[in-house]
Amino acid sequence: MAHESSAEEAEGAPLARTATVDAVVAVCLAALGGVVIYEAQRLGAGWTSDGPGAGYFPFYIGVILVICGVGVLLQALRARSSEGSDGEVFVDSVQLKRVLSVLLPSAVYVGVIMLLGIYVASAIFIALFMIILGKYPVVRSIAVGLGVNALFFVMFEVWFKVPLFKGEWHPLSFLGY
Amino acid sequence: MDELSALMHGFAVVLTPMNIALMFIGIILGVLIGVLPGLGGANGVAILLPLTFSMSPTSAIVMLSCIYWGALFGGAITSILFNIPGEPWSVATTFDGYPLAQKGKAGAALTAAFTSSFVGAFIAVVMITFLAPLVAKFALKFGAPEFFAVYLLTFCSFVGMGKGNPFKILSAMALGFALAAVGMDTVTGQLRLTFGSTELMRGFDFLIAVIGLFGIGEILLSMEEGLNFSGKSAKINPKVVWETWKELPRYWVTSLRSSVVGIWMGITPGGATPASFMSYGLAKKMSKDGAHFGTGQIEGVVAPETAAHAAGTSALLPMLALGIPGSPTAAVLLGGLLIWGLQPGPLLFVEQKDFVWGLIASMYLGNLVGLIVVLTTVPLFASILRIPFSIVAPVIIVICAIGAYTVHGAMLDIWLMLVFGVIGYVFKKLDYPLAPLVLALVLGDKAEDSFRQAMLVSQGELSIMWSNALVGSITTLALVMLCWPLISKALALIRSPKVNELAAQQPVD
Repeated sequence: MAHESSAEEAEGAPLARTATVDAVVAVCLAALGGVVIYEAQRLGAGWTSDGPGAGYFPFYIGVILVICGVGVLLQALRARSSEGSDGEVFVDSVQLKRVLSVLLPSAVYVGVIMLLGIYVASAIFIALFMIILGKYPVVRSIAVGLGVNALFFVMFEVWFKVPLFKGEWHPLSFLGY
Repeated sequence: MDELSALMHGFAVVLTPMNIALMFIGIILGVLIGVLPGLGGANGVAILLPLTFSMSPTSAIVMLSCIYWGALFGGAITSILFNIPGEPWSVATTFDGYPLAQKGKAGAALTAAFTSSFVGAFIAVVMITFLAPLVAKFALKFGAPEFFAVYLLTFCSFVGMGKGNPFKILSAMALGFALAAVGMDTVTGQLRLTFGSTELMRGFDFLIAVIGLFGIGEILLSMEEGLNFSGKSAKINPKVVWETWKELPRYWVTSLRSSVVGIWMGITPGGATPASFMSYGLAKKMSKDGAHFGTGQIEGVVAPETAAHAAGTSALLPMLALGIPGSPTAAVLLGGLLIWGLQPGPLLFVEQKDFVWGLIASMYLGNLVGLIVVLTTVPLFASILRIPFSIVAPVIIVICAIGAYTVHGAMLDIWLMLVFGVIGYVFKKLDYPLAPLVLALVLGDKAEDSFRQAMLVSQGELSIMWSNALVGSITTLALVMLCWPLISKALALIRSPKVNELAAQQPVD
C-alpha cells in the first residue's frame, strides 16, 4: 500500500496475530451455525404435511456454516502452530488505538442521536471529532459541524421531504419540522 | 431490429430536462463517492436510495445508475493521482497509472483511464441492448428449479472464480443466508431466528448491511493507517486529451480483449475486481511492451479500466433480465426496483418497457455525460481528496448514519450499521469476501422460495435439478464451479502450475 508512514509512526506492540483472530472468528461462525441448526430443528427442518418446513432451508445453511467454520479453524490452527511467533500481526496497539478512537466516539454518537436527534448530535460529533482528533481551532470546527448539518437539514427536511430522527428531547422543535 | 426501435423509444423517455439534470447530479455525486474513502458504489447508492422514493421509477434509476457510473469513473482518479485505489477494482489501475503520474503524465493517464472506461462501458451496453431481451425471453420459460439452478450458479461462481479461501467464501455466503432467514418465513408465516425479539421480526435489511460493511468498515480500516494523503496534482487540458486520444486507437486489441473479459466476468458474478486483474495480466502477457508494464504504460491503464467498467456495466444484465444481480451495487439497485414496486426479472421486459429501455438508454447517455464531467472536473475532485481525513471521516460516519436511518426510519438500524461496520472491518482484515455475504442477504428469501417450490414439485427429490437438459446443465456447471478449487488443485498436480505474480496484490472482493 502507498500510505507514506512518517517517522513518528512507530510500530506499536503487536496485540493479536491474524491466525489467532482467524480461529476465534471461525469458532464464532461455527457456533452461529450451531444456533441456526438448533433453531431450524425447532421450527421443523423436515418434511411437513404441506411441503418443506420453515427450518428446511436454514438447516442446510447452518450445516454449511459449521463445516466452513471448522475448516477455517483447522487451517488457522495449523498456520498458528507452523508460523510460531512470527505470524502476520492482525492489529498492533497503535492501530487498535486509532480504530477505537473512531469506533467508540461513533457508538457514543449513535447513543446521543437517540436523545438529541440526528442533526444536533451530528453537529456535536463532527465538531468534537475535529477538535479532539484533528486538533483544529474550536471556532472552525464548530462552523464546519453547524454548516454541514444545516445543509443536511435543508436537503432532507425541505428538498426531499424525508424527515430524520429528531430525538427524545427534540431540541429543534422550534423550527417547526 | 426490435431492439433498436425500443432503444430509440427509451431515449425519448430519458431525454427530458429533468432526467438530464438528474444524470449530471448523479454522475457528480458518484465521482464524489468514488473519490471519498469509505463511500463506494454499493453503499453510496444505498444511502441515496431513500432520496429517490418520491421520484418516478425511471428518473430514480437514471440518477442511481449514474451514481454508479460516476463511482466507477471516480475510482481511477484516486488510483492515478494518489496511488490509493478508491475502489477495489481500481487497484490494478495503480500499477501503471501512478508511475505515469510520477513522470508528470497524470493528465494522459487520467484521459486514458476515463476514455477506456467509457469504451468498456459502451461495448457492454451494446451487448446488454441486444442480449438482455433475448435472455429475458428465454427466462420467461423458467420454472422454480431453473431459477434455483441459476441462484446456485451465481453463488457457486463466487467459490469457483473468487480469489481466496473457499471456506471463507462459503461461510460469508452462509452468514448472508442465515441473516436473510431472520424474521417472518414467507411461506409458512412462522417467525424464524428472532429469539422472541420484536425488533428482529423485520429481519436484517441488506441496505443497512451494505452501509455498515462497506462504509463504516472502510473508515475503520483507513483509520488504522492514520491517513496522510500525498498526491500528484493534475491538470487536464484539451491538448493532453487530444494527444492521448490520438494514441489510444493503437491499443484497440487490448481494449477489445479487456471488454470481453469484463463482460464475461460481469455477467457471471466474478465482478469488476477480478476482471481488472485478469485483463491487466493478459495485456501484460500479450502486449509487445509487456515487459515495461508497471513503469507507466498507457496500455497498462487501458486494460484494467476497460475491463472494470465493462464488468460493472454487464453486472446489470442478470439483474434486469433474471432478477439476479451480479454485484453488490447491482443488488442495491435491485432493492430499489422492489421498493418502487417493480418486480425485477424476465417479466420486466414485457410489463415495464418504458422503464427497462429508459434505463438502457440512460446507460449510453450516462456514460457519455460521465466522460465529459470527469474530464472537465478532475482538479476539483483531486482537491476534495486533500481535505484532511479528520474532517472527512466524521462527515462520512454521519452520512452513513443518516443513510441507515432513512431506510426504515428505525433507530435500531443505526446500531446494526455500527455492528456491521465492525464485522466488515474484521472480515476485510481476515480476507472474508463481502460481496457473497451481501448477495446472499439480498437473494436469500428468493433463493429459498425457489428451492422450496422446486422441492414441493418433486416431493423432496433432489433429482429435479437434473430433470431436463437446461436445468441439468446449469446445476452441473454450478457444482463444477463449487468444486473448482479442488479441481484446479488436481489439475496443478498433473500440469506444472501457472505462476500468477499479481495474485498477492489482488484484494478479496
